Parts: sequence; C-alpha cells; structure tokens
Amino acid sequence: MARKLPATDVVIVGLGWTGALMAEELTAAGLNVVAIERGPWRDTSTDYPTTIDQDELRFGIRLDLFLRPAQETFTFRNNLNQSALPIRQFGSFLPGNGVGGAGVHWNGQTWRFAATDYKLRSYLTERYGAKFLPEDMTIEDWGVTYDELEPFFDRFEYISGVSGKAGNIKGEKDPAGNIFEDPRQRDYPLPPLDPSYAMTLFDAAAKGLGYHPFPRPGANASRAYTNPLGVTMGPCTYCGFCERFGCGNYSKGTPQTAVLPVLMRRANFEARTLCEVLHINKDAAGERATGVTYVDAHGEEFEQPADIVLVCAYGLHNVRLLLLSGIGEPYDPATGQGTVGRNYAYQSSSGARLFFEDKRFNPFIGSGVLGQSMDDFNGDNFDHAAHGFVGGAGISCASTHGRPIASSGTRAPGAGRWGMSWKSQVASTYQNTTGISGQGSVYSYRDCYLDLDPIYKDRFGRPLMRMTFDWHDNERKMTNFIAERCTEIAKAMNPKTVQTNRLSEHYSVVPYQSTHNTGGATMGDNPKTSVVNKYLQSWDLHNVFVVGASAFQHNAGYNPTGTVGALALWAADAIKNRYLKNPGPLVQA
Amino acid sequence: MGSSRAPRGIRRRDLLTSTAAAFFVFGAEAALGRTVKGGLPWAPDSVVPPTPVSAVGWYFFTALEGAAVEAICDRLIPPDDGNPGGKQAGCAVFIDRQLIGSYGAAERFYMRPPFATGTPQQGTQTQFSPAEQYRRGLAALDRYCRDGLGGKGFAELPAAEQDKLLAAMEKGEAQFTGVNPREFFELLLQNAMEGFFADPLYGGNRDMAGWKLIGFPGARYDYRDYIGQHNKPFPLPPVALQGRPEWIGR
Repeated sequence: MARKLPATDVVIVGLGWTGALMAEELTAAGLNVVAIERGPWRDTSTDYPTTIDQDELRFGIRLDLFLRPAQETFTFRNNLNQSALPIRQFGSFLPGNGVGGAGVHWNGQTWRFAATDYKLRSYLTERYGAKFLPEDMTIEDWGVTYDELEPFFDRFEYISGVSGKAGNIKGEKDPAGNIFEDPRQRDYPLPPLDPSYAMTLFDAAAKGLGYHPFPRPGANASRAYTNPLGVTMGPCTYCGFCERFGCGNYSKGTPQTAVLPVLMRRANFEARTLCEVLHINKDAAGERATGVTYVDAHGEEFEQPADIVLVCAYGLHNVRLLLLSGIGEPYDPATGQGTVGRNYAYQSSSGARLFFEDKRFNPFIGSGVLGQSMDDFNGDNFDHAAHGFVGGAGISCASTHGRPIASSGTRAPGAGRWGMSWKSQVASTYQNTTGISGQGSVYSYRDCYLDLDPIYKDRFGRPLMRMTFDWHDNERKMTNFIAERCTEIAKAMNPKTVQTNRLSEHYSVVPYQSTHNTGGATMGDNPKTSVVNKYLQSWDLHNVFVVGASAFQHNAGYNPTGTVGALALWAADAIKNRYLKNPGPLVQA
Repeated sequence: MGSSRAPRGIRRRDLLTSTAAAFFVFGAEAALGRTVKGGLPWAPDSVVPPTPVSAVGWYFFTALEGAAVEAICDRLIPPDDGNPGGKQAGCAVFIDRQLIGSYGAAERFYMRPPFATGTPQQGTQTQFSPAEQYRRGLAALDRYCRDGLGGKGFAELPAAEQDKLLAAMEKGEAQFTGVNPREFFELLLQNAMEGFFADPLYGGNRDMAGWKLIGFPGARYDYRDYIGQHNKPFPLPPVALQGRPEWIGR
C-alpha cells in the first residue's frame, strides 16, 4: 500500500532538460513543484570534473552515465511477423538516466525543425499531391506552427548557450549562416566555435560545388557566457569528451550548467532522486490525473498527489508510462485505431568516409557541436518531384572526438580488423581520416510503433515496451541520394580513397546510430491521430502534459533537442498563461 | 534485487561506477535515494576516481587461461618495431580485472529470461555474463587445440597456427563445443582493443603504448591553443588520468 504524501501543485516525472525547463518556469510563476527522478543526483564538480571525466572506458564504453538495461530496457523486432526480444545491452541508442537526463551526455547540437515539419502532411500533399506519399506513410500535421514556437526556440538557445551564426534574421539572409533556416528574431547568443582543419576542407569543397555550408549551431559555449537565468558557463576547450560524457568545463549547455543552479534555490521546488514513477493515477471519472505513484530505492511505494502531472522522461519512457497507466487508447497497427505508441520514428544515416595520406587532422581536438553543415538537401529545401522520395538530411563534416577505443575500428580500405594488417595502418588512419555524414529524416509508417511486450518484464514485473521498426523504401531512396551527394563532396576534397556508407539493409539495435527516438505520444489537432494537443496536453486527462520528442509526428534531418526544448517552454507558457486561469482542455476535441 | 555484498571499506559511491572492480549491487544505491532542495547539494570527497588495478598476478583467470589470453592479445595486436603487442601492453591483465568487476558480472545488462535465439538485428541474447563467456570460451578453445591441434594449448602453438585459428573463429568456422566461436572472438577483440587503448590505470595500455602508437594525447582537456593549428603535429606527449610516470615522485 502506497504511503500518501501531501499534495503539490505540479509533479514532474523525470528531471532532464524538459523537466528542469518547465520546473524553472512554473516555480517562477509561484507553483509548488516536485520532480521525481529515477536516477541519481548528478553535478559537474562531483560526477564528471576534468580530473576523471576523460575516461573513455568508464563513460564512453561501459556507459556509466546511462540507463542500465537491468533497470529498464525495450524489446525489439523489425516487423509484426517476428517475436520481439529484449535489447540486453544498449547499442543503437543510449537513453539517459539521472538528474540532467540525456541533457548531461548529449553533444549539444541545437537545431530548429523547419516550418514545413509542423505541417508536413498538408504541405507535402499540397506541393506534390497525395499520391506522391507512400500509402502506409502516416505523417501528420503537428497542430502548432513555427511562428508560434519561434520565441521559445529563441529562449532555449539563450538558456543553453548556443554558439552559431544566424542565416536568416527576420527574412534578412546571411550566407555565413544557414540560408535555408526559417526566420529567427535575432542571432545566436554566442559566435561559432573555431573550425577544425577537416571542416575547412569540407567548406571549400561544398562551396566549390555551389552548396551553402555554415558552422553548425549548438550548446558548446564558444566564449564565457551568462545566460538569461544568470548562470555562467565557461568556454569550450575542444577536449573531445562530449557525447556520452558530462562536461567538466561547464561549457556544454545542460540542465546542470544552465538551469539547476537557479532552480535548486527556489523554496517551492524539490527533487526526489532514485525514485521511479510506476504509474499516473486517475480519478474515478477518468477525467483528471490525481498524481503519481512511485517507488523509492528502498522499495517503498509513495503516492504523490498533484494538480498537474508533467510527463518529462525520455520520449520512449513517456510512452511506456502512458501505456502502463492506461491513459489513451493503445495504437493497433492492424486497424490503425488508437494513438498511444503510434508514429514511432528514428534517425537515418548515410555518408562517406575519406582516407587521406598526408594529413594531420588531430581528431582528438573536437567538441560535440564542432562541425560544418549544409542544409541544401535537408527537409524540402530541394525539389523532390524528380526523385520519388520525400525527406532529406543535414550533411556535416564534424570533429567531435578522436577517442581511441571508438576509433580503433576505423580501418583503411583493405585493412583487417586485427593482426599486423590492422596495426600497420592504425596510426596513419587515425590521423588521415574524416567523414561526411547525412543525418536523415525518418517519416512515420503504419507498422512502426510502440506497445507493451507480452512476455518480458522489468524488475518490478511490469511489461517492457516493445518497439517494432524497420527502414522503409522512401528512406532507403532518400539515404542513397544523400550518400551520393556526400561522396561527390568527399571526392572534391581530394582524398586518396572514399568509402560510401549507406543505410543498413534492416534496422539493427546493435551498432550505435543515434539517440533520436521520436513519436509514440504525438501532438496534433485531431485526437484520432495524436495523443496530446498543440500544447502537449493529453486529450484524455486535461491536467497531464506529455513533453519531449515523444510528441514528434515524424523525425526530421535535425537533432531533436532544440525542438524538444522549445516545445517544453511552449507547454510551460500554455500552463502559466492559459491553463491555470481556466483548468480544462485548452483545445476542444 | 540482491542484498548488499559490498566489501567493507568501499565507499558506497564507488559502487555506482561501472568500472569499479567490486561487485555492484542495486541495494547499495538505496542509501542515496533522497530529497534534494534548498540549493545544489555538495559534499566533500564525493568525486569517485577509479581505483588503479594491481599489475601482478591473475584475479579471474587460471594460469592456463591467462597464458591463452595473453597469446590471443598478442596475435590480435602483435608486437612490431619496438611497439609493444597486446601482451606487453597488459591487455590480458586489463581483461582479467574487468572480469572480476561489474562488467564481468553483466550487472548492467538485462539478464532476465526467457533466453531465445533472435536475428542479428536483435543483438546478443546470451544468458552468460562476460566472465562466464570467458570461462566457457577459453575451455572450449583449449579443448579444440588439445584434441585437434597436436595436444598443445593455444599459447604453445606457433604464431601462424594461432592466427589461422583466430581467423577461423572470426568466420565462425572453428567448431567449438557448446560455444559460438564467432561471438567469443568478437568479445576477445573488443576487450583487447579496450585494454590497448583505455586509460593505463585499468591495467592495459601500459606506458600509454596504445596512445603513443596513434598519437592520442590522452586525458588532456584543453586544446584551445591548438584548434587553429591546422595540419600540424600536436607537440605534447600523452598524459593519463594519473599523470605521467616521471611526474610521480619516488
């Protein structure tokens, strides 16, 4: 029997980026907020200072900061005809754990999804006709517009300390930035990071081919910076221990560096760590949530009553919590009915690897954001009519790290994986190799979804979530097209050899690809094809808001965190300025 | 959840790290579940540096197993031109120390039944922890060598025969009893590379041999003076988490 605690105004499930951002907004508005986090407390000076942070084995390989599959994992199958089996060791994607969530160990790349993304189905239908889209593609409009989100993108970029160069300020284009981006109200808070050697070669080659490269934006501070909350960050030192690592230099925008120092001083906020929410509780009428039930590290259960429940875990975990709590109708791929678990999508990758003979790339000098990108083939920035596919990819040449265990598998063409055939080339390959990668969209399909697994359970005996996903022909065509563009640019950089990298035949959970899992609790203006409305408010329980990449109706060729941050601030604004005045559905179904 | 089997004297936070050579238990986390409010929490001595391993002796392997793993590491990463091979670089010591810790015991992995055979896309479905995989794999390898290759253990075979056998394991062509040779080979290769390139405090990468080979400067964290020096050799020697040998006084 759960022990019932005193009620609070707001309970937040998960204290990562979205939870921290919303807690800051709502405590500033005077609400009492309790955040419940199943992982440990984490901070810069105690958990990843520069005396221990540069430890590839501990953080990069053994994944010290990540969720342990022993605590929670997923089952996976490529299609409906297979039996799903548990992901026993995380590979393809790495969910976070602990205070800060994935915001601790992300690279920092901060993008805005394009204006066309929020109205993707109607936009593509209007431009190319309904028949241009595959029949089983289930993309939707998101119910929100870019113009509505712009102020919140801006705020997230200024809170997290984004370095970059604007390419479009209120319609005024600047070729030093991304000329394809939608209008922004002002430039980024910080100038771009200094470029690496590989980036300068890519930049020259891309420009030579008529493309429009620019320094990619992200939350690695290029200078000392004080954000709008009054928190100061230090300049990035290009240490090369970014993704999978905490930042020991206070340079990466994270909940720890950007929000928590302010939030933790508020008397109306508290965090409970190592406490895992088991389910959201509903009232007898099934119209409102009454709070959450969680279990602490001693195994003791508590009920935390609250007026508002914010579901702010990693997107996948948001979906599972809804399914476990019986909120919304689970999606059924056979009938297409139901919404929870619908439109799960992922990220595609393709590109080229370049092998030179006489270079010194010094790959260990890098940062998670450091890279030169081009958006010429992203989204709908090019005419798809002749290509027979939709979607695209951001193309980048990046210098993120040269960590040796991870780099040991990169081999010159013809070299073996071990023995003298490997060893004789490893030093030269390490210094002479760079890559061009296309981070591509994945649109949603009728048979790609999330539901509860019928067999496998977690440590509490609750069903794991089952993921059913594979690549579709549209994405295969798109990534082949992108791989060819990357190869052309690579050749223009004059390496000795170029290898073209294409999408795997089937999606696999084994090799690391991207922790950009999207959908499952999607947003929209139709309750039959979305779980939450345009304010991230549940269609079923008006005092539940489900915030994160779970709301994406599809995934674009951009890293998701910028859009996730903007949606969190947008939802917090809706709660403050609309919901509190008149608690109830903010959109009539 | 098991009860705490943590040795006395180990700080509870040590148990939270994946690389600690102690048996990690969930129960140890219980003491940390707490309410945090009123400011950022901070306590002295809360940083957990990893404990450097001893270089002497085997903790997990038998002498025979240790010799076989040293020989395997020396074929995967052979010595040449003054560059140490896997054995001299301590890769087998590294693996031995990893196998007595949380990694060897698969404490992070999802190990609940039922165990079934899946597709390659579904990833490993083994019911055996890395420590068990080594014990079983090395026994199968030894049997294979003694029964089929003239009564000798792997370490006693000529280098060319060792290479041939490793290549057969890599392709899944060596017939081991009760063990998938390809899976075992992949584990060996992954762990040997980890040992060659991980920080020396874990027992491998002795004298930073792996880092010197490729020119990785190690645990440095500030390259602001060098980001603009394009296409030039980096001038500083590698440094490990514990510094450089000559920094340590006698």
